[in-house]
Amino acid sequence: MKKPLLELKNLKTHFTLQKKSIWNKETLKVHAVDGVNLKIEKGQVLGLVGESGCGKSTLGRSLMRLVQPTSGQVFYDGQEVTSLSMKEFAQYRPKMQMIFQDPYASLDPRMTVYDALAEPLFVHKIVPKTELVAEVSRLMDVVGLAPRFMQKYPHEFSGGQRQRIAIARALALRPELIVADEPVSALDVSIQSQILNLIQDLKRELDLTLVFISHDLSVVKYLCDDIAVMYQGKIVEYAEANELFHNPQHIYTKSLISAIPIPDPKVERTRNRIDLPGEPQSPINPGTGCPFAKRVGSKTCSACRDGLPELKAMNANDDHLIRTCHVEELIG
Amino acid sequence: MALLEVNDLRTYFYTRSGVFKAVDGISFDVSKGETLGIVGESGSGKSVSSYSLMGLVPSPPGKVVSGTALFDGQDLLKMNSSQLQKIRGKRMSMIFQDPMTCLNPFLKIGFQLIEPLLIHDKLSKKEAMKKAEQALEDVGITDVKKRLNAYPHEFSGGMRQRVMIAMALITEPELLIADEPTTALDVTVQAQILDLINDLQKRKNTAVIFITHDLGVIARVADKVNVMYAGQILESGSADAVFDQPTHAYTRALLKSIPSRFEKGETLYSIEGLPPNLSKELPGCRFQYRCTQKQKDHCWKDARFPEYADLGQGHQVQSCACTAEYLKEAQK
Repeated sequence: MKKPLLELKNLKTHFTLQKKSIWNKETLKVHAVDGVNLKIEKGQVLGLVGESGCGKSTLGRSLMRLVQPTSGQVFYDGQEVTSLSMKEFAQYRPKMQMIFQDPYASLDPRMTVYDALAEPLFVHKIVPKTELVAEVSRLMDVVGLAPRFMQKYPHEFSGGQRQRIAIARALALRPELIVADEPVSALDVSIQSQILNLIQDLKRELDLTLVFISHDLSVVKYLCDDIAVMYQGKIVEYAEANELFHNPQHIYTKSLISAIPIPDPKVERTRNRIDLPGEPQSPINPGTGCPFAKRVGSKTCSACRDGLPELKAMNANDDHLIRTCHVEELIG
Repeated sequence: MALLEVNDLRTYFYTRSGVFKAVDGISFDVSKGETLGIVGESGSGKSVSSYSLMGLVPSPPGKVVSGTALFDGQDLLKMNSSQLQKIRGKRMSMIFQDPMTCLNPFLKIGFQLIEPLLIHDKLSKKEAMKKAEQALEDVGITDVKKRLNAYPHEFSGGMRQRVMIAMALITEPELLIADEPTTALDVTVQAQILDLINDLQKRKNTAVIFITHDLGVIARVADKVNVMYAGQILESGSADAVFDQPTHAYTRALLKSIPSRFEKGETLYSIEGLPPNLSKELPGCRFQYRCTQKQKDHCWKDARFPEYADLGQGHQVQSCACTAEYLKEAQK
């Protein structure tokens, strides 16, 4: 096996909420990311899926150290990076970049496209000052924007174009790893496919490694090599994309897949769906029990009486990992 | 006879930068127990058309310039506000996209739920509360007595949308307009909400207008579909007809660009460019600027717009040069 570019070992990110009262020592903690192990090889596209609140965005931010993980380790290219000081970590920043969901919020409204793209180039001294303009226009070209728009402000662009600017900004420092947090969810259907094509092309041309966070499984299936399904801060199933779609094991993965509406009325009328009742439980002090037992309204199954089982390979020498609880159960 | 018959509806917005023809001559009808799906990109006028029916277009700058909308024989567009108020919230009601901005954060759910009953049905508060309990139970909320005394922030997104639905249905309206009711929700919760609307519709024989940009959702809920683009309906017909025999170049392109229809790594089919600026004169076919099957001059010289070709069984398509060409090809 190749050496992974990024490796997470038992990564946990907990947020402490307000204490119940000043006399009560007990604190409320949101277990946003709760013990995640992952390996991402160079050039791989990893999809992170799950419902809102499952911790997929926090995981993305934790591995970029935009939030400080509570415990666990992140190895980048073999080097442990979570314990580095921010100053030491700064050298890794150019190598890992992020694309955010909402291109209306992630761009400074008072900076022109040129300002936004030239800033990281200037700060990290990627190109000499005299070549800034040339480099910015090259970047705009790469993401399919005409360089003549360089002096325009974000509000003068459409949503799709803004997302292109955000992507150009992420590419400015020539990163190896990009964490894309729902980059197409805020866009229209016809614009979505334009941006997905762009991400796909850039990935190929620049040999990028991608962590693609999304709740839209059809998009993830199209773009990703491997998919990790998250629930309540934990990965419940991990497999190669096609394998996951055609042979899902965990009840949660199954219901996520069957909840995607298929754009064909005839199929929709006849298909059998597994509906997951209710909503995810609150991640505040979740305790140790199996988080699914409450969700599916049943008692714990034979496998998860003592809490959620470990993430294990389904068969030996298999890349399909799963926490083997609630596997057989069908609801509704 | 149809419950609602809309004819040549035009809603324009008079702004400093020109007249935006948000809805420009649309006609459709909905019968009892039927679901009409309206699909289109943002800015296609799908929301504005329903706001026009409800008398919710902000005026100024908006104005319904022409058209009729016969609801059970009465023209909604000619009513004054007190006449409209008697119908709105009683015989027709609406569910909005974002349940957080549509509920008053200062008022208890119970109070907000019974408001239409107090106004329209002149029930006493006690009777109304009883009905509210039933309404919440109908949408699958448990522990209703406690829930009625809770504030909106104590509910999760899916729960809030359920409350919105309960509120819209509490007076047993004949027509329900749902404007992207599931766009802000997770797929699993979306599946629950769609089932819920479907169930309630069957039980009460409500007519539903369902607005969304998601073709999958349309396939799941709609009996009839209107495809809107740049303020006009380009194609309409039964869901089966529109999905199986899409005829307008835009409908075909839209169906072609769905990511789930592609294998991993394939280049997605995407509609290049952006929708046209609605404040300009747009002679001929509105899709011509992005259409790949453009028949040179015919697209804008054609003065017949908007004229529809009937393909049988209510399947209608805007007859531009390329649909004519496509139909000729199909006949061969």
